[in-house]
Amino acid sequence: MKILVFVSQTPDTTAKISFNADSTEFNSAGVQYIMNPYDEWYALVRAIDLAKATGGTVTLINVGGAESEQIIRKGLALDANDAVRIDMQSKSGMNTAFQIAEYAKSKGYDIIFTGKETIDHNGSEVGAMIAEYLDMPFISYTSKLDMSGTTATVERDIEGGVEIVEVQTPFVISAAKGMAEQRIPNMMGIMKAKSKPLSVVAAQPFADLAVISKFDLPPAKAGVKMVNPEDMEELVRLLHEEAKVI
Amino acid sequence: MVLVFVEASKGHFKKAALEAVTYGKKVATALGTDCAALTLGNVEEAGQLGQYGASKVYNVAGIAAFDSQVYATVIAEAVKQTGATVVVLSHTSTGKSLAGRLAVRLGAGLVSGANSLPEINGGFKVKKSVFSGKAIAHYDIKSPIKVISLMGNALPPEKSGSDVAVTPLSISTPASRVTVKAVKTADGIVPLPEAELVVSAGRGLKGPENWGIIEDLATALNATTACSRPVADAHWRPHHEHVGQTGVAIRPNLYIAVGISGAIQHLAGVNNSRVIVVINKDAEAPFFKAADYGVIGDAFEVVPRLTEAVKKYKAGH
Ligand SMILES: Cc1cc2nc3c(=O)[nH]c(=O)nc-3n(C[C@H](O)[C@H](O)[C@H](O)COP(=O)(O)OP(=O)(O)OC[C@H]3O[C@@H](n4cnc5c(N)ncnc54)[C@H](O)[C@@H]3O)c2cc1C
Ligand SMILES: Nc1ncnc2c1ncn2[C@@H]1O[C@H](COP(=O)(O)O)[C@@H](O)[C@H]1O
Repeated sequence: MKILVFVSQTPDTTAKISFNADSTEFNSAGVQYIMNPYDEWYALVRAIDLAKATGGTVTLINVGGAESEQIIRKGLALDANDAVRIDMQSKSGMNTAFQIAEYAKSKGYDIIFTGKETIDHNGSEVGAMIAEYLDMPFISYTSKLDMSGTTATVERDIEGGVEIVEVQTPFVISAAKGMAEQRIPNMMGIMKAKSKPLSVVAAQPFADLAVISKFDLPPAKAGVKMVNPEDMEELVRLLHEEAKVI
Repeated sequence: MVLVFVEASKGHFKKAALEAVTYGKKVATALGTDCAALTLGNVEEAGQLGQYGASKVYNVAGIAAFDSQVYATVIAEAVKQTGATVVVLSHTSTGKSLAGRLAVRLGAGLVSGANSLPEINGGFKVKKSVFSGKAIAHYDIKSPIKVISLMGNALPPEKSGSDVAVTPLSISTPASRVTVKAVKTADGIVPLPEAELVVSAGRGLKGPENWGIIEDLATALNATTACSRPVADAHWRPHHEHVGQTGVAIRPNLYIAVGISGAIQHLAGVNNSRVIVVINKDAEAPFFKAADYGVIGDAFEVVPRLTEAVKKYKAGH
């Protein structure tokens, strides 16, 4: 079984979010970068276990500059077999999906994993896009995947519950919480990762259709109003009369 | 024309669907065109979407279970047949599986999870929340066809018309490669992504046996319950209640956080709530900085007191 896992680099979850002077770009000064948690904890860990169980391979793919190689090496240390980096700074989810589709279309992957979303762009779009480019079924926000031969049974999160679906390989899924448990690379993995193949591929031309032109910070909160813990009737009154939420 | 794909759940419309039609109508007005709604499969009372501003309601019959590939094919064909230039969907589990597919299929720019009406003067700019609620991005869509998935609770459903007749569209549906085996949902509870009122608790509650006070408050308010990540990780509460950066992101009108410290990853999933109430015994808890109303006190005393006050208020209204 050939498995492809998308890995993206995102600012650390505690990173301070600020922008350059004309608010057109994220200010990365002093920001630590991590592998997008959904890619790492859920998609990648499940993919690796699945490959081990079925004698398959896991290839990582990233669209990014050389600076993403730290997260790619981490993915290799977690035990992926090899990796590909498509060398470009993508400005849209569609561009990312297009680039990976161009690379993956002739490679015969059985399962393609993405994370449910990136924690910076919160798009939840790349998975559906790659599935469309490659003409594959797509199951979003999956919390469980079991394989039996070429048949997958997948649980996908829906509003207030789960839907259980069956699908044949090849397919694309986006991984959410529940799919696997976070894992930390061990020393042996880290050593081996250094010599695993990481190929760098040139990007193909693509005209972006939707791009970010500007960022804002959300309006600051007016400040907290403290309520006497003995007087919860006052809180209810405020929620009704002032905040108008009940 | 603006075409709104309206999701029906068991043949009926949820709030997100009515929000999408309301949004579609407003976009259509700004563009000086009409808004049409598209429903797939067996939908009762689809004509009622006229009340929210759809001047036409289309239906494609013969579609049962959800499959993103089948839906995207059919919706894209409907876009061609109707000549729509803007397609609106809800940013729900269905919409998220579809929007990207549809955008690729239509060669259209996508803004997923938009939370405001587009700015249309020369260009077409739509805002959405990014960095898990810590910033807002302005997207420029440059393609002739545009796809927007609308974040829940971004605008209230608004009536602006009356029922219309349903027009059948004849589109052949491709065979599905996905089989839905079962759907498991908890009945009677408003799911978190749709909830307007949420009562949430964290490690400050000490153990799962203490959740009774949280459930009582939620019941009194008719709210949905949520929790912090360590609480779900310790299996004190089910995983689907976990809100935050790595759980569910929510934007209710009211979020009451009890015994939650307010770590940045927790805030990332709840900071788009309209009003936040924090109940914590530690005056230094970081959550107070993100709160609208704060109560410093012991949850085990304050929460039952609040529940009583809510009951008293409800009895009088
Ligand atoms: C990459 C990453 C992703 C993460 N994602 C998430 C996420 O999605 N969601 C999430 O929630 N967390 C997430 N976390 C964890 C997060 O950093 C915090 O550890 C977590 O939110 C803390 O949970 P808590 O507030 O319940 O517990 P604590 O931080 O232990 O806080 C408990 C609070 O209860 C108060 N308290 C104690 N007793 C009482 C009492 N009797 N009455 C009133 N108050 C009391 C205390 O003063 C304290 O403020 C993530 C962490 C990482 C590193
Ligand atoms: N630059 C990238 N390189 C590789 N994979 C990516 C990239 N951007 C996004 N993805 C994948 O697509 C998923 C969804 O991203 P998004 O649609 O941006 O929320 C992520 O969890 C990743 O798995």
